[in-house]
This record gives sequence, C-alpha cells and structure tokens, in this order.
Amino acid sequence: MSDQEKPDISSIIRLLGPGLAELLSGRQIELENVELELGELELWIPVGGISPSIYPAPVPGGAGQLAPPVKRLPRPDELLSEKFLMEPDVFSSKVREITLGATRADGGTRGSTVTVGGSTSIPFTHPQSPPPHPPVISLDVFDTRVPMPKALKSHLTEVIDDPAAWAKMNVEQFGADMVTVHLLSTDPLIQNKSPRDASKTVEEVLQAVDVPLIIGGCGDPKKDAETFTEIAAMAEGERLLLNSVTSDMADAKTLEPVCKAADNHGHCLLGFTGLDLNSAKELNRRIYQYFPPERLLMDLTTVALGYGLEYSFSIHERARMAALMGDKELQHPTISACTNAWSAREAWMDLGPAFGKNDLRGPLWETIGGLTLLLAGVDLFLMMHPLAVSTLRDVAGKLMHPAEINLGMADWAALKI
Amino acid sequence: MKEEHKKSIREISPIDVYKLLPRTNCAECGEANCMAFATRVVNGEAVIEGCPPILTKKYEKDLSKLQELLAPPVRAVHFGSGDHQLTIGGKHVLYRHEFTYQNPPPIAIDISDDMENEQIAARIKKVQDFAYTYIGRPLSLDALAVRSVTQSPDRYAEVIQQICGLCNLPLILCSTDPAIIQAGLSVCAERKPLIFAITKENWKEMGELVLDTGCPVVVSAPGDLSLLRTLVRTLQEWGIEDMVLDPGTFHSDRIGQTIHLFTALRKAAVKNFDALSGYPILGTPISVWNGQELSDDLNRWQEAYLTSMLITRYADLLIMHSLEGWALLPQLIWRFGIYTDPRKPVSVDAGVRTFGNPDKTSPVLITSNYALTFFTVESDIKAAKIDCHLIVIDTGGLSVEAAVAGRYLTASKIAESLKEWKADTLVSHKYLIIPGLAARLSGETEDETGWRVLVGPRDSSGIGQMIRERWPPVEE
Repeated sequence: MSDQEKPDISSIIRLLGPGLAELLSGRQIELENVELELGELELWIPVGGISPSIYPAPVPGGAGQLAPPVKRLPRPDELLSEKFLMEPDVFSSKVREITLGATRADGGTRGSTVTVGGSTSIPFTHPQSPPPHPPVISLDVFDTRVPMPKALKSHLTEVIDDPAAWAKMNVEQFGADMVTVHLLSTDPLIQNKSPRDASKTVEEVLQAVDVPLIIGGCGDPKKDAETFTEIAAMAEGERLLLNSVTSDMADAKTLEPVCKAADNHGHCLLGFTGLDLNSAKELNRRIYQYFPPERLLMDLTTVALGYGLEYSFSIHERARMAALMGDKELQHPTISACTNAWSAREAWMDLGPAFGKNDLRGPLWETIGGLTLLLAGVDLFLMMHPLAVSTLRDVAGKLMHPAEINLGMADWAALKI
Repeated sequence: MKEEHKKSIREISPIDVYKLLPRTNCAECGEANCMAFATRVVNGEAVIEGCPPILTKKYEKDLSKLQELLAPPVRAVHFGSGDHQLTIGGKHVLYRHEFTYQNPPPIAIDISDDMENEQIAARIKKVQDFAYTYIGRPLSLDALAVRSVTQSPDRYAEVIQQICGLCNLPLILCSTDPAIIQAGLSVCAERKPLIFAITKENWKEMGELVLDTGCPVVVSAPGDLSLLRTLVRTLQEWGIEDMVLDPGTFHSDRIGQTIHLFTALRKAAVKNFDALSGYPILGTPISVWNGQELSDDLNRWQEAYLTSMLITRYADLLIMHSLEGWALLPQLIWRFGIYTDPRKPVSVDAGVRTFGNPDKTSPVLITSNYALTFFTVESDIKAAKIDCHLIVIDTGGLSVEAAVAGRYLTASKIAESLKEWKADTLVSHKYLIIPGLAARLSGETEDETGWRVLVGPRDSSGIGQMIRERWPPVEE
C-alpha cells in the first residue's frame, strides 16, 4: 500500500463510526462524575547550580512612573545583520538496516516488506538529514480475550475472537504496515495452548494478510522458545520478527535453540530488556553467539505516559546516541510497544467532567507516547487505536518531509478563534 | 558561530567549584567539607548560595566568578511578580540524560479581547480551577496570554484591567502593535508581564516600551533564524537583556519545520554557546487554530500532540488555546515526567511498608518495586486512609504487568518474599491481596505459600473500595 492509499485522519474517524466522529465534530459531550484523590508524595527534584534568587526581583511601579531598570544604551540606527548557520551533526556510525517480511522472490509469501533502521543521525534535528525510512506501524492482534478499555474494544467486537479477521481489519481498514500476533493463549498459567495450536493461528493470519508479521509470545522463557521454534519452522523464509528473546531464556537454557531455529529458517529476533542499557548490551552479546546481529532488533521497554515514559524516552535517546557514536552492541533498530499507554489510568478512567471525553484522552495518550519515542529515534511501533495510528503516521511523514515555511501559518496573536 | 566558551555544566568538575569556595570546611552548608558541597553543586543537588560565607563581602569576587562559571547557556528569564513570578529557560543541556532539565515550561492559556467580559471571567476561573493530583503532586496551569483581536487599545486596556481584578496569574501581552502593548502596560506594568512581540517591523517603538518598563520581551521571527539573531544582536546592543525567542510554531504539514527550528536554536545555545541563541524559546501550539477549518476537537487534538512534542523538543514557555482537560492533562503529566531527575532510580527498595496503624488483623498487599508503580500504589493507599502492610517485591524494577509477563513476578517469588519479610509475623491471618494484573498467579500462589489469595483491583485506585467491601474476608 503506498502512502497515498493510506487512510488519512478523517477517513479513520468515519470508520470509527458515529460515536467518535460526533465527539470530534463537537456535537456530543460525555460527562462523567468521578473524583480521584491521591495522597501526598514528595519526589526529590534537584535544584540546579545557582539559585534563581540571584536574578534581580522585578521592580514594582506603574507604567507612567517607572524608573528604567535596564541600562539604556544608544539605539542602533539599523538592524545589525547576523546569520544563522547550523550544519547537521555528523556521526561516525549508523544503525543496522533490517528488512522484515519476505516476498516470493525472497523465499516468503508476503505481498510487501518493510525496512527499519539505517539511521545516521538523531531524527528530525536537521532538514538535510531525514531518517532513511518512515517509522513502521504494527497493529496488535490477540489470540485470546484480554481485558481492554472500551475505547479499544468498541471497534473490534466483530473480530475479537478471530485473529485472522482481526489482522485483515488492521491492514485493510487501519492501514497497518505489519500485524503483531500475540499468542497469549500459550501461557501455561492461562490456556496453555500447544505450540502447534499457536502455529496454526499464525498460519491463518499469514493466509489472511500479506504484510510482514511479528509473533508475540506469552513471556514464559521455556514455552516461548518451544512456540517460536515450532512457528519458525512452519513459516520458513517469511522473515518473521519473533517478539521476544530475553535474558531469562539464557538462564532457562532456551536462548540457543530459539536463536538457531530463527536463524536456520530465516527469521528476525527482538531482544527484550527492561529499561537498562547494560542489560540490553549483555543480552545482545549472548544472542550474537547464535544469531547474526544483522537481523536483531531491540525492545528497551516502553512504559506509559505518567508511569515512567521519561525513563523510556531517555534510554532510547542514550541508546541511539551511543549507537551513532560507534557502540556496535546498540546499533540495532528499536521498537516500542506503544499500546502500553493504555495501562495508565489517565488513558481510560473517568476522571470527572473537567477531564471529559475518555474517547479522545485514551487515543491521545497512545499518540503522545508514540510521538515522544519517535523523536527519540524509535523505528517500529506496536499500536492499537486507529486514531493514534493515523496521527503517528501522518506526523512522521510531515516530520520527514515538511512543506516549505509559510509565514502566515505561525500567526496567532490577532487571530479570531 | 562557535565561540571560545565557558565550560558546560557537564564539563565542570567539583574541583573547579572547590577552588572558588572559601575552603574553610566550616560545614555551615550542612556538608562535611567544601569538597562535598562542591560535588553537590556540580551535580545540581545544591545551589552555590547554600554556602553562607560566600555571600559575605569578603568573597564577593569568588561568588560572581562561581555564578558566571555555573550560569546556564540559556538565560533564565522571569515574568510575573511576587509569589506568582515564573522562571523560564535556564537550560544547560540538549539531552535530558546529560543533566536534569531545569524550569519546566509554564503553560499559558489565551484570552482574547473580543470575548465578552463574562466569557473572560469564566475562562480565567477555568484556568485557576484546573488541577490534577498526580502521584501526590498537584499539577496546574500557569499563566494567561492576552491577545488583541479587536485592535482597539482602549478595549485591550479594559480587558487587562478586568483580568488584573480577577486573578494574579502572570500575563503575556500579545500584539505586534506598540500602541496596543502600551495600552496594556499602562494598566499592568507593575506585574512585569512578558511582552509579545518585537519584530523587524516594530523593533524601534516596541524596544522603547521594553526599556521604559523593564519588562521581558519575546523576539519574533517565524521561520527565519538569521533574522532572529539579527534582532537579538541589535536589541542586546541597545541594552535589552531579558528576551525570549519565537522561531515560529508551524503546524500540520510544516510541523517538521518547527522541530528543526527549535532544535537548531537550542543546539546553537548549549553546544556552540552562541550568545545570540541563548534565550528561552516560546512555543505557540495555539497556531493550529490558524489552520484550515476543522472541527474544534480536531484542532484540540492537533494542539495537544504538538504541545507534547514541543515539551520534548525544547520549548521553555507554551501558549495554548484549548482548555479541555483531555488535551491538557497529558501535557502536565509529560512536563512533570521529563523534568524529573534522570538519575531517579527506576526501582525502589524491596521490603515491607506500613500505612496508618496496622495490627495483626490488617490486610497484607503486595506490589512491584518499579518506582512509578510503588508511588502510585502508595499514594492510593494513603488517599484511601487504609491501615495495612504492603510488601514490595523485587521485580527487577518492572511494573506488575511487565513483571508477570516476564516471569519476574511469580508464585515462587511471592512465596520467597513472604518468607524473607516474615509476613507470618506481621499478621495473624493468612490472606494475601495481590494486584489484579497478577490475577493469573493466584492459584499457584495459594499452592506455594499456603496463604489464601484475594485478587485486588487491576488499578490501585480501587484498593480503598476493595478493602471497604471485602475486608475482613468472610470464610466460605
């Protein structure tokens, strides 16, 4: 699907049906009446090197009788001309470029592939150095019912028990570049479905859509290794992204077999670590023993806005900076599980009339999490809400290739609103 | 543009500071010695004025050298007066992980002089009443940006007068017409408003007003950083010091221009120490209302995500039009988050925390040791005024959901923690409340610990209600 064919915001809004369309057109306001009170908590925040009090306090006095507090020098007759020159930053290294999915020509069955990574600079800092690829957006599909806020569930009712149909909707209606199939049913503590059952689900999705797939496990290091191994063989050559391999797999002695299976059958891997660059580097070193770095991506953990998004933001900025400066162990494209935004209570809870319209607050929560990490350099986003998806795609395109400056657009001071 | 420069905050060593301190180890600052104090200063944990002796006449020169050494490359500018004064800018670095960002950007909401007086009063009340408590911290809006739409100086002065009678919020006077600004200043100069704006057309007249009143001023040159530097240089020569830069906030298909402009300016200031770029930056997401005719909610939607991007990319002050809670709340929370100390640990210590005055019959709850999870649970329990024991389990700093999925929080981990923290001595019952997000561990946990498991709410805001309704538990 080319960019022109991707649905824009307004068509997404139409798709979402009358509820959201009416909200966005301002015709219907939903008010909830729930108060949330939290207690006291002091977070320590450093104060900086010099006290603000060293700056002179403002001098009171009316306009007519103000003594000029500023030293008045002779006014220059004309503007003193200056230039602003800013060269793009040049870095010594770049992030690895990885293609996900494979067409028939490359041994798979996908109709299209996506390429992530390849960055040579911090994104969107200079017009001459746009990222080589737009961010890739993968929409989630779950193979089992998971608790979900109403704002997410409402447009999924007809497909929620059918991963293939759900995947098809993600691609055809919401313009997903990829689909992530979360095989939560394999969780030994939930349904404990067999790797063969899981593999069958993936097969159905592969047949239903022709975009590249991400395969999500249940988090159990033993079970995921079995499931991934089974699926790797079944989907030989499809260049799936297996999400994810962890240091727990190394501890459970399942890292080697799962890496080898992924390698032998031509897939890509995602290494997952929890907000710690040293762990990420250590896991990568372990994976390199069994798997080519050229097909490895990283998930450094995405936490929701309000629940530590700043940790995710800073770790991604640090990782990308280190990668560009030459740290080979961090020169992998990164992904963000943006959907985690919905774990923040502020995304879904009724917070009273002053914070009305959960229908917009939730998708905005997901959007802001995504845009923040886009600025930090994340390459691939796992998302759910169609409005967040279309906004991220739309903004990313305009960040990469902005139109020429139009002076009137920044006017607001005398604007009649 | 690169000049011979002073050291950045990252390059200043404790020795640099120590050399200029009295070096008497008097300990009046509360530290053991001058070196310890110097270390805290370069880490941003103490201010130089925390050393009482250095404020005396004897060390006057050293103090001014220290202030120069530690001065941020982006000037700190103040507007508003008294208790309501706001400080903007004062930035040291480009990246948050280099040094804690200073001075969170105030958010100003616009008032326009074509609004009815009642409408203005209602809008001010909404700004003042807007409040949200986030992990125990009150979040609120900060200022008003008063725009001249009617282009009548009399009406503008009248509106400013009305606003001053209703609130003490710091003001930004917005017009490029010096006659309008003069009318506004005639009724509120003593409040030290920020003036918007000096442009290449009005700089001579507007500059006079700035010098007459000593108010800080925004220098506006949308999309043209060369012009911006030209204006700043000219105004500096004229003696104007307190400036704020407006590189223009473009939106929609030009949003990339805005991010480039803001980043270039900030980079010039903190990496190249360009004195003409070293001022706070004004972001005006309100510009989106100048776009093509869209529904109000679509404008709010655009304004909201643009604001959050400008909080991330170097805005030191923001002007918005939307007053809807859904659009503002994420801004206030993101601003809070990105301005926290990046060294703040991701995790808190595992162990038992007690709330209120728990006894042997009080509930026992567990949670993860991810800092934000713990703070949230802690403030929810305090708000609900419950007497209880909370066992914080070492989940590797992951939230409950991530820890369960990643097997950092398991039944055996729970059993281990109950043993380690001697849960059986805390209470005489054997009921354990686990987070709703860990519900799937309940069966195994009962097997491994011998405790009965009660599954708590999925969000800790529900703890109060759960305890009220289900505690003490009734034996089936």
